[in-house]
Amino acid sequence: MHRPVHIAGFAQLPAVRDDGGREEAEVVRVVTTDALADAGIARSDVGFVCSGSNDYVMGRAFSFVMAVDGIGAWPPVRESHVEMDGAWALYEAFIRLQHGDVDVALVYGFGKSSLGSVDQVRTLELDPYTLAPLGIDPHALAALQARALLDSGKATERDFAEVVARARAASQGNPNVPTADAIDVDAILAAPYRRTPLRHHDCAVQTDGAAAIVLTVGGSGPRIAGLEHRIDAHQPGARDLTVSPSTRLAGEAAGATNIDVAELHAPWSHQEIILAQALGLGEGTSINPSGGALAADTPMVSGLTRIGEAAMAIRSGAKRALGHATSGPLLQHNMVCVLEAS
Amino acid sequence: MSEPVWRFKGPTKLEYLVKAGAGTVEFLEGILQKKLIGKRCPGCELVYMPPRGSCPVCVLEMTESVEVGQRGTVTTFSVIRFPFEGQVLTPPYACAHVLLDGADVPLIHVVGGDVEDVRMGMRVEAVWAEELAPTLASVRYFMPVDEPDTPYADFEAYV
Repeated sequence: MHRPVHIAGFAQLPAVRDDGGREEAEVVRVVTTDALADAGIARSDVGFVCSGSNDYVMGRAFSFVMAVDGIGAWPPVRESHVEMDGAWALYEAFIRLQHGDVDVALVYGFGKSSLGSVDQVRTLELDPYTLAPLGIDPHALAALQARALLDSGKATERDFAEVVARARAASQGNPNVPTADAIDVDAILAAPYRRTPLRHHDCAVQTDGAAAIVLTVGGSGPRIAGLEHRIDAHQPGARDLTVSPSTRLAGEAAGATNIDVAELHAPWSHQEIILAQALGLGEGTSINPSGGALAADTPMVSGLTRIGEAAMAIRSGAKRALGHATSGPLLQHNMVCVLEAS
Repeated sequence: MSEPVWRFKGPTKLEYLVKAGAGTVEFLEGILQKKLIGKRCPGCELVYMPPRGSCPVCVLEMTESVEVGQRGTVTTFSVIRFPFEGQVLTPPYACAHVLLDGADVPLIHVVGGDVEDVRMGMRVEAVWAEELAPTLASVRYFMPVDEPDTPYADFEAYV
């Protein structure tokens, strides 16, 4: 039997294309202070801290150690880190809270797209023998997936454009993503390709940012009703790219049914279609009312932000919401967090 | 049938744009004027050298800049006896924690002069490179100065 874990607080820094070189510790100090204030919890009451970040993205060895200055490391704190999106830090914190000796956990993720080439880092995370040496960039890889989806007859380029148009319209109301003009489907389809069959608009805006979530055992915040992650083969060539079995399995295990709002971590438009299909989301579900990862994709942050946005949807009146995070090439590894109103 | 491939070269390179951040930029600009500029925490009032953006104890933004002294005290040290690429001094020499006057965090740097003389409490002074660049390497090393040693009790808290 799980101890009931609730999302007591959430904060995010507005995602920007270039934050001008803000120090890690400053970013983390601000976002964790805001999340604790949102939860109404003192820093001294936090029993466990877990972060998600990536040194290859930051271009700095042990950047997460520098960031610990931002959470207050003296007197010593119980602290851990994952070299992944902050959503997986939240997973570790959720498990840690099951131990029974700690009742409050602080989770954060931080990352920047402005310091180096996130696309090159993504290329190097591929199989080092057969794929990385080809230099295939993540947009070209995503285009292969999009092409497979088109060839399977499961979606059309117009479907991709409709995802983009809806995300653009939704992002107008989100002050935490870069401003982008609303654009209609026909205008999107008239734009040139970036990597056939993907257009510029089909690819996420890469940003700098941070997010933090405060978890409590008990409380009045949105309750985590299910939190599961599953993983597919690393090698894209070994998979049917038009489906996401790991998302489907994670969703089933987490009890992803009767979802009012789903925040899906889909950095390319066609991936939202694959994810929605894997989770069985239909007309009754509002998908990515924040604009989703297309509006702002901060490495190691976007997944955690999806869970935070799902929690905000519960605060705004949704009964059940879902936050999804992805990691690895072409939706390899997927997490589903189902939240419900307390 | 072609020969099997047993090995291949896979050169990888990632390039980054280094952005020092506001606090560190001030420190590096100070270096260009032969000044050592730290930051004081508004909570605990400790002066960090090199500066940091946030105090790890108080979790507050460091707002006040403080120029610290160019002389300081060796609080602890280790002798380097082997050569490696990029050395400024010829071994043997000492790598030391230098607590600059007015700072509360020792700076890690190297100490010149006779290595057999290096000791805890010894007073030293920054020696600047002829051509200054925005890097702590513009302080080439610290040299002993003819001053009485700092009593251990005065720097025990920093060891």
